[in-house]
Amino acid sequence: MTAPANITAAFDPAIVRKDFPILAREVYGKPLVYLDNGASAQKPKAVLDAMNDFASREYANVHRGVHYLSAVATDRYEAARETVRRFLNAGSAEEIVFTKGGTESINLVSYAFLAPRIEPGDEIVLTVMEHHSNIVPWHFLRERQGAVLKWVDVRDDGSLDIESLDAAISDKTKLVAVTHMSNVLGTVTPLKEIVSRAHARGVPVLADGCQGAVHEQVDVRALDIDFYAFTGHKLYGPTGIGVLYAKAAHLETMRPFNGGGEMIREVSREKITYADAPARFEAGTPPIVESVGLAAAIDYLGTLDRVAVAAHEHDLLSYTRERLRELNWVRVIGDAPGKGAIVSFESEGMHAHDVATILDREGIATRAGHHCAQPLMERFGVTSTTRASFALYNTRAEADALIAALQKARKILG
Amino acid sequence: MDDSLRELYQEVILDHSRHPRHFGPMEHPTHSGEGYNPLCGDRVKIYLSVDNDDRIADIKFEGKGCAISQASASLMTDMLKGRTVVEAEKLMGGFLHLVKGDAPINLNEDDRERLNVMAGVSAFPMRVKCATLAWHTMKSALEGGSPAKTE
Repeated sequence: MTAPANITAAFDPAIVRKDFPILAREVYGKPLVYLDNGASAQKPKAVLDAMNDFASREYANVHRGVHYLSAVATDRYEAARETVRRFLNAGSAEEIVFTKGGTESINLVSYAFLAPRIEPGDEIVLTVMEHHSNIVPWHFLRERQGAVLKWVDVRDDGSLDIESLDAAISDKTKLVAVTHMSNVLGTVTPLKEIVSRAHARGVPVLADGCQGAVHEQVDVRALDIDFYAFTGHKLYGPTGIGVLYAKAAHLETMRPFNGGGEMIREVSREKITYADAPARFEAGTPPIVESVGLAAAIDYLGTLDRVAVAAHEHDLLSYTRERLRELNWVRVIGDAPGKGAIVSFESEGMHAHDVATILDREGIATRAGHHCAQPLMERFGVTSTTRASFALYNTRAEADALIAALQKARKILG
Repeated sequence: MDDSLRELYQEVILDHSRHPRHFGPMEHPTHSGEGYNPLCGDRVKIYLSVDNDDRIADIKFEGKGCAISQASASLMTDMLKGRTVVEAEKLMGGFLHLVKGDAPINLNEDDRERLNVMAGVSAFPMRVKCATLAWHTMKSALEGGSPAKTE
């Protein structure tokens, strides 16, 4: 069974697919069906070309040379920061810190912002659906400084109950750390409401936007959020670069993170003084080529109608969800209203890794395992799931291929 | 069907994974070990009862995992029961060669034939760890060492 292609006037995945060279390739002699976008998305030619052109014609280290290329490279690097600022609608480019990824962004907040504020018994509120990168940095503070982690459960459909989150905030809460969109369930959290509840108690909020920044439109000023972290490679950009947005007022109070070049004002034998943000948090040579790639990815998204893209992704989700209902041996985990295009499921009598191996031989890339979200796996009583995570270039025909391959897996293993 | 898939998920493997032999706890093991695959979260526990002649009088396993890891654990317990510890380690050496696609060394004809049902794993490098988890766990149990990991 195949469905008619879902083509809207505003957005045609068939056209967009041509922008992504890798989508034309085959694996095991079959067309690649790439449904592992939650792990990392493929890159459009615009990103690959921008990085190649920059490295071929304009590359040098930034901020230090007086020579021509260093000035050009510095301009490009700072222009990328401005592009990110616009993408998030931040008030100032100085609130944009480049990191090596979403993980480093969150660790930066843990080390430079929260650690100096933690007394034994102080609390950090987080949800059970966090990725390990938004769990482990807080566990560090538990291990090292006696912080207490307060876990907010999700409902059986994977949605977040704002009242439970509210109830978890106490006079000892020093931070609420919450995902914008779950990498396993696809659940989108009500960030604006969370921020307003937390701020009413004087508690800052960090959002892990590694999935959210890709699928939702983010306006950090409208959200009034304190910290927003995301990574480049899930946003159709390169690996090796991430972003931390932090309110200027917070950045000013944060201690340095890595020590090295670029983050200092002056170094003598006796003492050092530090540069202002964001340089203070960007020690060493930053991901320069990657910053150009990230800006190109954001510009690429800017050429698309993002509302239409979101509608396309939601269509893929509901279509896949519908077709999965035909397989009564599949149990989908997470059906929160308004969720993003990620489907995690268990297959009766079949282990996720066996399923993924068979899908792989059909050319279909999925992720199997715990998705770096073990507390969530525990919550739903599973050790691993198979996950199909969609991107703007996926199609209904690819969802059909997934269903056909699952039926084949059932035939082999069931 | 893809030949390598047919080879991987052959009937003997599926039978072992659906009806694992020697599955369950053991009351008083002389050795026990726990193995963990951080990649998928799968866990396996191996219990051994080794007698005074260094012979594996009994062996059991528990755990949850993919067809490959379950079948491998089941097959292993089947083959190890009654052997000496030295023989067990030799068999493991041969098995590790086999699933990595090398010539299985130091195996007699009969052992080679029985282990050969796992040989299809060598065409799936990402799945070799699934096949070796139980064996590494068995070895760490015998050595009384730290929990076995696949990496």
